[in-house]
This record gives sequence, structure tokens and C-alpha cells, in this order.
Amino acid sequence: MATGIKDKVAILGMGCSKFGERWDAGPEELMVEAYLEAMQDAGIEPTQLDAAWFSTHIDEIGTGKGGTPLSLALRLPNIAVTRVENFCASGSEALRGAVYAVASGAADIALAVGVEKLKDTGYGGLPVGNMGTLNPQWSPSGSAPGNFAQLASAYRAKHGVNKEDLKRAIAHVSVKSHANGAKNPKAHLRNEVTEEQVMGAPMIAEPLGLFDCCGVSDGAAAAIVTTPEIAKAMGKKDIVTVKAMQLSVSNGLESQHNSWDGSYFHTARIAAKKAYKEAGIDNPREQVSMIEVHDCFSITELVTMEDIFISPEGGAVKDVMDGFYDADGKVPCQIDGGLKCFGHPIGASGLRMAYEMYLQLQGRAGERQLANPKIGMTHNLGGAPSQNVCSVTIVGAHGV
Amino acid sequence: MAQQLVGLTAYGGYIPRLRLQRKSVVQANAWVAPNFLGKGKGERSMANWDEDAVTMAVEAARDLLGPDDDRSHVDALYFGSTTMPFRDRLNSGIVAAALTLDEKVRAVDVGSTQRAGTSALLQAVSAVKAGEARHALVLASDHRKTKAVTAQELDFGDGAAALSVGTDNVIANYLGGASLTVDFVDHFRGDTEEFDYNWEERWIRDEGFAKIVPRAVKAALEDSGVSADEVRHFVLPCSFGMKFVQQLAKRSGIDPETARDTLAGNCGETGAAHALVMLIHTLQTEAKPGDKVLVLQFGGGCDALVFEVTDKIASQAGKRGIVGSLKDRMEETNYMKFLTFNGLIEWEKGMRAEQDKKTALTTLYRNEDMLMGLVGGRCKETGVVQFPRSRISVNPNNHTVDTQEPYKFAEKKAKILSWSADFLSFSMNPPNHYGMVVFDEGGRIMMDFTDVEPGTVDSGMEVKLVFRIKEFDDKRGFRRYFWKAVPIASSAAKSQTGQAAE
Repeated sequence: MATGIKDKVAILGMGCSKFGERWDAGPEELMVEAYLEAMQDAGIEPTQLDAAWFSTHIDEIGTGKGGTPLSLALRLPNIAVTRVENFCASGSEALRGAVYAVASGAADIALAVGVEKLKDTGYGGLPVGNMGTLNPQWSPSGSAPGNFAQLASAYRAKHGVNKEDLKRAIAHVSVKSHANGAKNPKAHLRNEVTEEQVMGAPMIAEPLGLFDCCGVSDGAAAAIVTTPEIAKAMGKKDIVTVKAMQLSVSNGLESQHNSWDGSYFHTARIAAKKAYKEAGIDNPREQVSMIEVHDCFSITELVTMEDIFISPEGGAVKDVMDGFYDADGKVPCQIDGGLKCFGHPIGASGLRMAYEMYLQLQGRAGERQLANPKIGMTHNLGGAPSQNVCSVTIVGAHGV
Repeated sequence: MAQQLVGLTAYGGYIPRLRLQRKSVVQANAWVAPNFLGKGKGERSMANWDEDAVTMAVEAARDLLGPDDDRSHVDALYFGSTTMPFRDRLNSGIVAAALTLDEKVRAVDVGSTQRAGTSALLQAVSAVKAGEARHALVLASDHRKTKAVTAQELDFGDGAAALSVGTDNVIANYLGGASLTVDFVDHFRGDTEEFDYNWEERWIRDEGFAKIVPRAVKAALEDSGVSADEVRHFVLPCSFGMKFVQQLAKRSGIDPETARDTLAGNCGETGAAHALVMLIHTLQTEAKPGDKVLVLQFGGGCDALVFEVTDKIASQAGKRGIVGSLKDRMEETNYMKFLTFNGLIEWEKGMRAEQDKKTALTTLYRNEDMLMGLVGGRCKETGVVQFPRSRISVNPNNHTVDTQEPYKFAEKKAKILSWSADFLSFSMNPPNHYGMVVFDEGGRIMMDFTDVEPGTVDSGMEVKLVFRIKEFDDKRGFRRYFWKAVPIASSAAKSQTGQAAE
């Protein structure tokens, strides 16, 4: 029986570039920006790094394939670099690789860097991706908003929520994230918006309007991990450790078997359950202090509140409208602005979520600092509701 | 031994839902062609952007064949059209794959003339008479491209007809016929040209129709042993008006009242399909058992076929045919949309449309029944059905291995589980509708929707499946086909029945 990851690995340092339309920076500069901050935070030299994991999703317009883009940009000392890709959850995969390397004893100190340079396409929204040779011959040639928007129609049908109420609830999701993002100097979108603005915005994919969609941003984030023992030996205080790290991947049930109703994420429920077990959490609504979830679209965040068992089934609309997930609510969600406003440079996003949890747990989150958080959770999703990968990571103060 | 009677055994029809209002065309063009203002009456059928001669033929054939999985009885397929999408790739082979016909079917493309539809029918009759085919399927379909500001864009329509030829349960016996071959060039479409080049109408009328058609009528009546006064239905596609058609009938000694509706007002002339479209329309409306029907098609001469309707005609009552297709209509008043769908406008599709649409032909062939026939799998042990078929079953309770047999989805009942109307992704007809379609008897497919009326779609709505163009590969002249879902309630609710406004 596996003993799990709990408290075997500590975060030694983290960094994150400014997210946004970084016309000034290529992926190399973005990686360097996040890396230098993480190295300074960790207080180590490059020669102390044993191995690195590198995440980027769209190689056609980004860095290209392989581990070399990271090693070249950072001038790493010829250590192992593994490139990982798992849709929008790629960043969490890089972190998982580094954490597992340390936990296995193969590395004392490991680096994870995620980057995405999206604004080199010439148009708004995500680039049109490559799906292999079979999928384009039958799958709808849709878009991310069109795929995620379908959650809304299925959720309404299942829970009997009318169009207007759901539209307002998802609008509140975005209003809250904008309020949070406004306080984050590294965030892409730093303006506050009203529910009326959100609801009146141009339609992107029914029922998702412009403000229901996250920013398409350039950025990079980095983590340096080690064992709690080494961190202590280095004199680190307020050590943050990994409590759980789970990934669940669709096997075709949602897209091919009629047991899935289209209103929730099958994988998220599995990953969340396993993560709570690994971390020893039995009542997430009470025990989790804060969450960063994959709010690529407002509707994704709303249904995810149920999938990670913080809102009861069918209860997310009420919780959202009650302000349960607002900055001053019981379980603040996207306190850094989330994908919605911090931005979504795909390969970096999982690491960006962890970055915010780490800052909060160390009391270094500035204007948006929460009062005494103990446990933070990230939920990083890739793919579409009907076929996806879902990563759930729990971090917390060492010894909690 | 008396020769067995050969004739039509079933029919099917398909006219695209969109009906371009001629008024909107002539008004848009009045600045340059005020002479066409008088033609601004009624409507013409207009293919959606994802329809072509092949997809329309498939729809007509499905109407004829019905929902039965077993189509192995079809042993010959004759497909007539002048607008086949491929110059060298068996177009009837695409149709056969979409219909999941047996590979032993003899599939033949018949083209190059407006007579392609009737000639396909004559070939089928010959094959069945000769005993080389028992159940021949005849399809005729045309989607002719016309230049803007022409009489043709107003006169033409898009559509398809299906007839089967056999010896059992004959609804109309074939009594005889004739084909005249005359190199009378009323119009032509050169090898490298997209559009027809037309000669003067008065010459076509007086030297072509008026002289060639009566000779074909005479020959066909002689061959069939039917006298002119026995003809109850005179079926002749012709764009010179009903009065002229009546005169032609009269000139051959046929009662002018038997001249059948050319469907000029509510459909337009569907090219090589039109004689069969009009025949099916006649069989659905005015034909009674015992009636003799004369079907004519002018073009490079003239084909003439004589049929006698039997009492088995009642067996076709449930078919959509042409009458049902004409009822299922959606008025289109946007002439720009017609021009755009027909590739006559250079428009900015956006960078998202730049993605290479190259089709891996190896992949296409490996997955042929899935992609062309919408065939998935059914587990022989658990009965679970799925799309696509796979070696390991998707069944969460029992991932059986190598237990799947082919399972056809195209004719199964299905509903929308989830959907969206997407303004972001490229679409020829935005917003791009797609979603998860769930089949009543199991299985589901995330698929494109088409023929959608925006604002009417919702979860739980029934859909029917149609074979359509998925994407064009303009770089290579290829087009990919796949199946799409048409929300039924929206078409039923929004369909305006009855005649077009004059």
C-alpha cells in the first residue's frame, strides 16, 4: 500500500513572472523571470539542482518540443530536463515530476518550470490545436469555450436551474475573481467589474460571454522542491509541504458511455477524493482554508465547487451567490485572481496556482493576504468536460 | 416464359431546407439587372454550406431505404449528377460507404449531361431486366454553381431524388422508353470551368425542346406500346414556363392538362435530378394506380421513359419524398449568404480558418465505416454500444476485450445532452453549434449540429443525423465528410408549411 506523498517534499522556493500580453518577452525571458525569483527565494546555486521538469502545452507557437528550451534559457548545468505536456494541467505535471523525484530520493533538489507564450498567434483566444489525424475527421471543430459552455446546458437540465439564475451565478464567479485580481500586481487583468457588465458582455459561446472566459496570457512560473529535512537544514522557516498530489485521466466514459450526464467533471471527483484521503482531510468544507481552481470559464469554476466536495451537489449556485468563495468568505477561491484575471499561460498555470498557495501559507501575499490559512488546494484541469485530465494538489504548513 | 415485369419499387427525396427568396436576389441585383425584377417571384431551394451532390443523394437514398440496418439487398447503385465533388474518386462509392452498402454493390457514376439522372435510371432498368441486378438504387442529385446576376441563379434549385428498380412490389412498371442522342449544345461547362455557358434561350426553346422532345416522346410511346391519349402525367423539366410545356404535350397528342408542375415556383430546377424529382412529386400527389406516366429529360438529346403506376404505390405513403421535403422549408432572404455558401464571395474567414485541413487518407480508410457510415461498436457480451468501436470496451463495469461487433448509429433515435452556440471557432454559418448527442439505445457522440435555427436548441431536444461535408481542404481540392445532428424540434417548430409567397 502506497504511503502517499504527504509531508515528504517541501517547497524551497517559488517564482512567477508577470502574466499578461507580454509583447516584450518571448518564452525564454518569461522562464528566466520566474526562475530567477524562485532561485533567489530558495537561496541556492544552479549547481545544486539535480533535475528539472519543464511544462509547455502548445509547441507550435511556443518553445518547440523537448527539454532543451528550458536548459538553454536557464543555462542549466547539463542536468536532466524532462518536458511534460498534459493539456492545461501541464504545469501541475511539472511540479509532480519534481516532487516525485525528491520523494523517491533520486534528487535532493528539483526544479519545475512551466511556460506558455500564447500571444504570438496573431489573433485572440487560444490557438487552434492539432488533434492528430483521426480526431479532426469527426470531432467538432469547436473551441474551448464551446466545449466548457456545454456544462451549463447539462447543469441546468440536471438541477432545474433557470438560464437567468445560472447566468447571474457564473457572473458572480467572474466579479469575485476580478475583485481579487485587482489586488495582484502580477495579474493580467486588474480591473473590477460588475455583474451587469459580465452579463451584458458579448457572447463567446452560449451562455458564456466575454467575462466568463479567462485571459489568454503569456507567463511562466517555477518551483524548487526538496525534502523538509534539507529545507530545515538550510534554515528555512514556515516550511510548506506537499500533502497530496493526484491526477485522474478520462478513459472515454464521459464521451462514450451514457452514465455521464455532462454536468460535472468525473475526473475531478476522483482526483479530489484521492487527494483528501492522501492528505488526511475528511471534511473539506471545514478543513481547506483556500482554493485555486481551474476557472478557465466561470461555469467550470461553479461546477468544480461541487466536484471537489466543498459545495453540496446542486448547491454551488447558492454558495457562490452567498459569497462563500469570495475573498471574505469561508473558503476563498482564486484569491490571486485565478485563471480569469491572473491569466492562463497554459503550461505555467498549475505552478501559478501553487505559487499563490505557497505565498499565502507563508504570509507573503501582500494586499490579498488571508488570515492564517493552513491548507491550500489547487485544482488544475486540462482538456474538455467530456475528456480531460484533472490534477488536484494539496499543500499546507509543515506539521499541520 | 413471359418476361418478368421490371419497375420502380420505392422512392425517396431530398430538397435542402433553405429556400432563397427570389425577391431578395433580384432586388439586390436590380442596380445592374433591372430586367430580372420580373423573375423575383417564389423561392428556390438552396443547399446549406455543408451540402453537395453526394450528401443530398445520401439523404434521398436514406428516405428510400428506411431505417433498417440491413441494406445488403442493394446490389447496384447508379448515381447521376453533373456536379459530383470528385472528378476521379468514385462519387457513388462515397454514397455507398455512407449508406453502409455491401462492398459487392456495383456502383456507377453517370455524368456530363442533364440526362444523367434519367440515364442512370435507364441503366438500372437494363441491369435488372438483364438479371445482372435484383435491387438497383438510382440516385440523382445536383448542386449547380451559377454566376451572380444570371437567370440560372434564379431558375436553378438544389436537390436529390432516389428510386429503386426491381421486380418485386413494383409501384410503377416500366413499359418502355427511348433515348435520343443529339449534340445540341444549349449550354456547356468546360473541363476547367465552374459555370455553365449558355446560348440564346429562344433558340434552345424553338430548335431544341420544341423539336427534339416530341421525337423522344414518339419513340418512347412506340417502344412502350402506349398511345399518346393514354398518358396521364407528362413530366418534363423545363424552365420556359408551364404554358410551353403544355404546348409540347399537345404537339405530341397528349392532353396538355397532364403537364406536371415543374416546381419552378417553390423549388427551382434541380439539374440532373429534376426529372426524377418531378416524377416522385407526381407519384406522391396526382398519380393513381393504372396511370401512365411519361418522364422526359432534355439534354444532349432527350431521354423518355414510360411507367404505369400500380396499387403498390400505397406502400410509399410514409416517405418524405419530394412533397415532404418541400414542406420542410426555411425562408432565406439573405442573398449574401447564398453567394457566400456557393463560394462566390471572397470573404475574411479569420486566422482560425487558416488551419490546414489535410486529411490522412490512410486514417480515413482504416476507420472507413466509422467516418463514412457512422458505425460504432456493440459488445457481444454486455450489449453496451459505443462510438467509436475499440478493442477494449468503454463499459465501466466490464472492460471486455475484442468483443465488439459493428453497430450502426445513423438511423437511431437520439437527443441533445449538452450543447453550445460558439462564436469563437470558425464556422461557415456562425454561431457554430455542436454538442453531446445521446442515443436512446445507448452510445453517444460529440458532434457538429447543422440546419440549426439559432435560439431554439436546448438539452433534451431530439435530433436526426445527416451526412454532411465536415471540412473543405481548399489547398488540395479535397473535402471531408462526416455525420452531423439536426435538432428536430427546431425544424418542426420553425418550418413554414405551404406554398411560397408569390
